[in-house]
Amino acid sequence: MATIILFAPLIGALICGFGWRFIGERTGQVIATALVFLAAILSWIVFLTHDPAQTTHTVILRWIESGSLGTEWAIRLDRLTSIMLVVVNSVSALVHLYSFGYMAHDENWKDGEPYKARFFAYLSFFTFTMLMLVTSDNLVQMFFGWEGVGVASYLLIGFYYKKPSANAAAMKAFIVNRVGDFGFALGIFGLFYLTDSIRFDDVFAAAPTLAETNISFLWGEWNAANLIGVLLFIGAMGKSAQLFLHTWLPDAMEGPTPVSALIHAATMVTAGVFLVCRMSPVYEYAPQALFFITVLGACTAFVAATIGLVQNDIKRVIAYSTMSQLGYMFVAAGVGVYSVAMFHLFTHAFFKAMLFLGAGSVIHATHHEQDMRNYGGLRKKIPLTFWAMMIGTLAITGVGIPLTHFGFAGFLSKDAVIESAYVGNHFAFWLLVVAAGFTSFYSWRLMFLTFFGTSRAHGHGHDDHGHGHDSHGHDDHGHDDHGHGHHEPHESPAVMLIPLGALALGAVFSGMVWYNSFFGEEASVRSFFGLPAAVEHATEGEHAATEGEHATEAAPATTEAAPATEATTETHAAVTGEAPQGAIYIGAENHVLHEAHLVPKWVKVSPFIAMVLGFLMAFQFYIRRPDLPGRLAASQRPLYLFLLNKWYFDELYDVVFVRTAKWLGAFLWKRGDGNLIDGSINGVAMGIIPFFTRLAARAQSGYLFHYAFAMVLGIAALITWMTLSGGAH
Amino acid sequence: MDNLLSIITFIPAVAAGILALFGRGQDAAAQRNAKWLALFATSATFLVSLFLLAGFDPANTGFQFVEEYDWIMGLQYKMGVDGISVLFVMLTTFLMPLVIASAWHVETRVKESLIAFLLLESLMIGVFCALDLMLFYVFFEAGLIPMFLIIGIWGGKDRIYASFKFFLYTFLGSVLMLVAMIVMYMLAGTTDIPTLMAFDFPHSDLSLLGLHIAGGVQTLLFLAFFASFAVKMPMWPVHTWLPDAHVQAPTAGSVVLAAILLKMGGYGFLRFSLPMFPVASDILSPLVFWMSAIAIVYTSLVALAQSDMKKLIAYSSVAHMGYVTMGIFTANQQGIDGAIFQMLSHGFISGALFLCVGVIYDRMHTREIDAYGGLVNRMPAYALVFMFFTMANVGLPGTSGFVGEFLTLMGIFQVNTWVAAVATSGVILSAAYALWLYRRVVMGELVKEALRSITDMSRRERAIFAPLIAATLILGVYPSLVTDIIGPSVKALITDYHAALPATDATQVALN
Repeated sequence: MATIILFAPLIGALICGFGWRFIGERTGQVIATALVFLAAILSWIVFLTHDPAQTTHTVILRWIESGSLGTEWAIRLDRLTSIMLVVVNSVSALVHLYSFGYMAHDENWKDGEPYKARFFAYLSFFTFTMLMLVTSDNLVQMFFGWEGVGVASYLLIGFYYKKPSANAAAMKAFIVNRVGDFGFALGIFGLFYLTDSIRFDDVFAAAPTLAETNISFLWGEWNAANLIGVLLFIGAMGKSAQLFLHTWLPDAMEGPTPVSALIHAATMVTAGVFLVCRMSPVYEYAPQALFFITVLGACTAFVAATIGLVQNDIKRVIAYSTMSQLGYMFVAAGVGVYSVAMFHLFTHAFFKAMLFLGAGSVIHATHHEQDMRNYGGLRKKIPLTFWAMMIGTLAITGVGIPLTHFGFAGFLSKDAVIESAYVGNHFAFWLLVVAAGFTSFYSWRLMFLTFFGTSRAHGHGHDDHGHGHDSHGHDDHGHDDHGHGHHEPHESPAVMLIPLGALALGAVFSGMVWYNSFFGEEASVRSFFGLPAAVEHATEGEHAATEGEHATEAAPATTEAAPATEATTETHAAVTGEAPQGAIYIGAENHVLHEAHLVPKWVKVSPFIAMVLGFLMAFQFYIRRPDLPGRLAASQRPLYLFLLNKWYFDELYDVVFVRTAKWLGAFLWKRGDGNLIDGSINGVAMGIIPFFTRLAARAQSGYLFHYAFAMVLGIAALITWMTLSGGAH
Repeated sequence: MDNLLSIITFIPAVAAGILALFGRGQDAAAQRNAKWLALFATSATFLVSLFLLAGFDPANTGFQFVEEYDWIMGLQYKMGVDGISVLFVMLTTFLMPLVIASAWHVETRVKESLIAFLLLESLMIGVFCALDLMLFYVFFEAGLIPMFLIIGIWGGKDRIYASFKFFLYTFLGSVLMLVAMIVMYMLAGTTDIPTLMAFDFPHSDLSLLGLHIAGGVQTLLFLAFFASFAVKMPMWPVHTWLPDAHVQAPTAGSVVLAAILLKMGGYGFLRFSLPMFPVASDILSPLVFWMSAIAIVYTSLVALAQSDMKKLIAYSSVAHMGYVTMGIFTANQQGIDGAIFQMLSHGFISGALFLCVGVIYDRMHTREIDAYGGLVNRMPAYALVFMFFTMANVGLPGTSGFVGEFLTLMGIFQVNTWVAAVATSGVILSAAYALWLYRRVVMGELVKEALRSITDMSRRERAIFAPLIAATLILGVYPSLVTDIIGPSVKALITDYHAALPATDATQVALN
């Protein structure tokens, strides 16, 4: 069954992408969509029926084999996989359906230019590569999926290939992701060097040994587990748009909106979180790597939320919101509660996809207007979209009844993250609470600007933030020549509303239904993820508790060389024992999940308070006193510009990396190749050649290749003579 | 068939002879006949070479299909293939029909051009099959002449400078190799390559003109061979002939140059340097690593600055060859497997990329990147093919480009993490220059007046690309097709190599 799930989208992509000329665009689209729906239904069956205690491996084909390295194309099916199957295929199927409506008329294309089949083929292709990523049974196949989704993302961001901004964004996304892949690849090489295998089971089995191994890498000696953990996380940073490698994500909004929903909200960007959870058996032995993940995730959540406060492009607000929420997931993983990271990933997929699709519906309704300053009062004109967005907003801001398990999906999962963070890392906890307040503010700001007040579509009174001319804010297609006056905003067709409805179900209920599985009592989480029962664990826990003290002391001390490991001579850590059972791994001394339930009441209530404060602020700013934002922006201009320009990351990177690389390239070419190498070699050659030429003056014919022949003949004679005389000695 | 290798080697040469003797006239019919004959001959060579592949036994790590005859003046004619060389023969025979087909529209001196290509094929196959030092040298050097003529006669406007540069660079390297070969003959008393591979060349340290030379004679011999192969590869800093040669060469010439001729350097390292001079290889491998790592970063950066499509791809070739040299001298299974794989894969990919340039060069007669833009609007099929090979070139998993890069990097990581990190950064830079090229040529609005009527790929062009796409994909998805064949021979090579090193701690570990 997993094989069908995996290949159905690929077949759909091929039929739709190459076959549409023969079967028609429409048929191609329908086939692609049907196959993804098939995959989605099968995924739910797998999710609900597969026994989590059994990790199944299905080998499809041999892949890269060289010496002791052996990899296969294979499917690993366990709880983590089945969660991701459901997320990927459900969202993908709904986005396929939605795209029928959204892509029906597109002003970027002239009449008669086919583009729909290509779009659907890319979507299906993306789905396939994402499935390859989540079903992989070794790191190289994961890397295939990893880069494959990168290509699909590149193609879809650059879907409007006539727009220079889209092309630039596509390139940027690919290259920034490659920076992450650089770390990921080094992590894989390191793991192979240390464990002699890159199959997950072998790596997991060797994880305890890694913790005691030192490896010399670049300038220093490192604890192997921590080093590998950080290297792999660099890959995750790229894909999941964490701080410093995040600049591509906002630009990726150049792609059509369904793409943003599928790739840049629900699935691809969560691959990094998935990677960390998948590698949890290694991370459990890498405390410093986890600490790094926690801090970086918390900072990302905070920074992205601050930027989201002032953006004017509706999609960019949601993009920064995504980045921020990804930070939450990493904090959860970083403090060691991988199940909560997956929980937030799971619920976030529903409500964020829904927010994007809702935004798409708004954009569709207003004829490709994306600047929120030109919205206003849309509530009455597109009521269904409004309600969908409202549900999404309630979910993302985390509305629910405090101290109970009753609320929207985001309420349960986000609070779980924050409670865990309190146990693991207070710094992260406070950043996340503040970020939760910001989240509430920018989400409600989006709602108020878009749906409340009066329409600002005609009058160009940019009533707030009038100074900030955000060059990205305008979508440079469509709306100028169209003129809003001629078209009243209209509600989207049913194919677009049905997916919104389906996702709304997820946004409302997915948190409550699966709360116990992801963040309930330890026993229920363990059984959900197929870990050995807690009873058995408890006895082990006693035993490990005493050892745990040594482990926690010794592990951070990287300078303390593990016995008998001279990293230069040591080649492979011996693979001892077997891979731990279950989809994730919780170390013996890791009790964060348990303790997160025991945090003080004020901690549990704090995100709710932050949420309410954010709401009130937004209400004050955008409903009661709409003049306030402009005044505040004017009085705090440096801060406002700092946030509006996204902390100037792009400008900084442009100077430090892009220009430097181009300058260096030109310099090396002109000076290095041109002056230094050619200059010296040609100089020598030009000294010698005329000498030969004079010698050969009699045979001169003016043709260069005559000289060449003469030289070769001469050399051939020389060989013969020397060989023969050499033989004579 | 006892002399299968000779048959494969000389079918093209015989066809060239027939053309030279019987091909008359310059009219259209004569030209067409000449082209068909060449295509037939190269295709036949490929089909016959399939028997070679079918009859090849990967488990046997020795030389197979060996032929041995006395040749002129006491020299031996000895041919044979092992797991390392057999696939290079296949690469050559596979690509040559495509090369002939890609030059179908050439109308100046058709007969001569075809003769040059056919002779070149014979000589290239000969290089990979030769098991005698002198025979190898003859094939290796003689191959320069047709290539020199192809650039010099059918090339662009600076063809004389480029062909001159090409010839001198490669030739000066070869002279040193020749001297080394003579010394080897004097030391070992034979020119038989299998015997030489087992021969223990002296490696005690030497003092020469006050210089202390670790590894002694082996180091000197190694360096002499290195001079030749490094230029051929080409390795930084002796790579500058390649961009000029590529830019001036006609499309078909570029394809042969990038896809096959460059591989002779890598093959030489595997056939001579590593097995014959193991001690010297061990001593000098850090030098090679750093030259390779610098090559990868340096030439990738230079590629970013190019405004000429062919030059950009040429620099990209140098960078990719950096992975090869790096992989070879890791002397471990992943490194060498990866290096061979990278060479084969680069044969398809760089060949295809030069063909991609050729497609639009034939239409617009310029290689300037700025002259293009928005081609996707008129040439969707071309855009797809070019995208595919761009991605293959940046080493996307699932294409053959990934496997070679990945394995060589995996190999080097086990030896030197600094070099590994520097070399791995090449994956970022390659994405930058390749995608930027693609964006400037293919993406965007089609605004240039001259491009308005450009046509998409013809059926002939599609037929040329189809096998290349298939090869790139199949080897990317199922690389065992290659590694099964090369694996055992590479393993034997590594075992011999480590056995030949004086026992030190480092080698002991590597053997474990």
